[in-house]
Amino acid sequence: MVSAQGAAEAVQSSTEAPVKMSVRDVTISYGGVPALSDVSFDVREHEIFGIIGPANAGKTSFLKSLNRMDPFTDGMRVEGDIRFDGQPVNRLRNVYALRKRIGVVFPLPVGLPMTIYDNVALAPRLSGMSNRAELDVIVERCLTRAALWDEVKDRLNSLGSLLSGGQQQRLTIARALSQQPEVLMLDEFSIAVDPVTTMRIEEVLKELRSEMTIIMVTNLVQQAERLANRTAFFLGGECVEVGITAEMFAGQVEDQRTRDYIEGKFG
Amino acid sequence: MFEVSALNKSNMRVEKLYRILFAMMVLLLVLPVLIILGTLVAKGGSVISFEFLFSNPTDGMTAGGILPALIGTVWLVTVALLISVPLGVAAAIYLNEYAGDNWFTRIINLAIINLAGVPSIVHALFGVGAFVIFFGFGTSILAASLTLAIMTLPIVIVATRESLAAVPMAFREAMWNMGATRWQTIRRVVLPNAISGILTGVILEVSRTTGETAPIMFTGAAFFLPFLPESVFDQTMAMSLHLFVVSTQVPGVPEALPYGVALVLVAMVLIMNSISIAFRMYLRGKKKW
Repeated sequence: MVSAQGAAEAVQSSTEAPVKMSVRDVTISYGGVPALSDVSFDVREHEIFGIIGPANAGKTSFLKSLNRMDPFTDGMRVEGDIRFDGQPVNRLRNVYALRKRIGVVFPLPVGLPMTIYDNVALAPRLSGMSNRAELDVIVERCLTRAALWDEVKDRLNSLGSLLSGGQQQRLTIARALSQQPEVLMLDEFSIAVDPVTTMRIEEVLKELRSEMTIIMVTNLVQQAERLANRTAFFLGGECVEVGITAEMFAGQVEDQRTRDYIEGKFG
Repeated sequence: MFEVSALNKSNMRVEKLYRILFAMMVLLLVLPVLIILGTLVAKGGSVISFEFLFSNPTDGMTAGGILPALIGTVWLVTVALLISVPLGVAAAIYLNEYAGDNWFTRIINLAIINLAGVPSIVHALFGVGAFVIFFGFGTSILAASLTLAIMTLPIVIVATRESLAAVPMAFREAMWNMGATRWQTIRRVVLPNAISGILTGVILEVSRTTGETAPIMFTGAAFFLPFLPESVFDQTMAMSLHLFVVSTQVPGVPEALPYGVALVLVAMVLIMNSISIAFRMYLRGKKKW
């Protein structure tokens, strides 16, 4: 664990922080049809790494390959080298441990059909924790950090699946945090959330950056500009370029397609 | 603009005709049920009493009650359920949660559908060959219940699969992404939300099992046996076979008796079905997403 000050420095110089996940020559295909080809870059500790691109660019497939969801996805095949803390993930036998260290937030909020409390206590329970007092602490901390505690603290025993969309999305984030993840992956988290909630979640993400690495796929170019330290642009199954977000949005891009996409000329 | 043309008129006539035609079909469907129930109550209602339900048949089954048959049917159905429910639910969980969609699972699906289509008399003869003779259970509750279980297995499997498939995929994906195994996902999320559909299937199976005659005739049900069974290796009387016997095989049975037996049998099935429907409505109201 890095100290708060160290983390802040790491954020300052995200191009020099230690590599959290490295991706080399990754190609993903479904039943022989390629969805993403030859992606290579590093994601560094304590950065928010944005991935932008239009639909069908391979963004979601890429996230699935990072936490080894390929065996749970029909026909999905991943080639190339993906490392988590230097360990090659595609040779891991215990994919469950890897997934526990990577929290995932989906485009559509998924409140599991159980109480709000149970939603957040689920991951600790799956890891064998059963002490009620410890669970209480985790539930309160995770809901607080997902900016949901004040709204639900009086009804922790009502169903999580009946919360509003924006609340469910924060519940999903709280659930992901309860895994104590080292990496948090968000896949277009704001697609079903109102603008106010989106802003609240963005504030949450900025705070979380000091504790974990965040990989954020987004359909909103401005969201990447607001949050991401570095951004990758995916297009049609190809990673067009990776750069420091501020520089990219200031016009320093290598590829004309990136410039066009950022300026909203297509996609 | 809104005048009625000849074409409109004929369309409206045809519309009315079809509506009446379809309504008639519904009526035709309901009519037999009402006639059967009405006849049974009118002709058999008089013999129904506490005595009738809770005493042994006497005078060569021309008088007395139906207790051994009633208890026998409960035995047969219970043992059949104990066998088919765990087997069927486990098979359905495998097919829906673990197996991918490939030629192997498609063949299994085909086999299940075909199993549901096999006539009950064929199941009966299979039961005789397999359970009574080959496994040496003799004619017994065990052999009869095994036969019934195999016959009704498709009901359990299909009902369970359908209710498992009704649980949204997103719930499973959320669990898997948290590092849960497939079994943890099934136990914590899928089964608790599929249990209502599974139970409904089980109750339907009960009502189907209760009425079956052919599969138990050669495998475990006795013509006349004025004792209650003590273990699964005993023979037993059963409601469905008893009805057949008092209707056709025994001379001198008063006319009301078979109607009374039939009324009790139909009532058992109807009560089971009503419970199933009420249960489904109750759980639908409690839906969690």
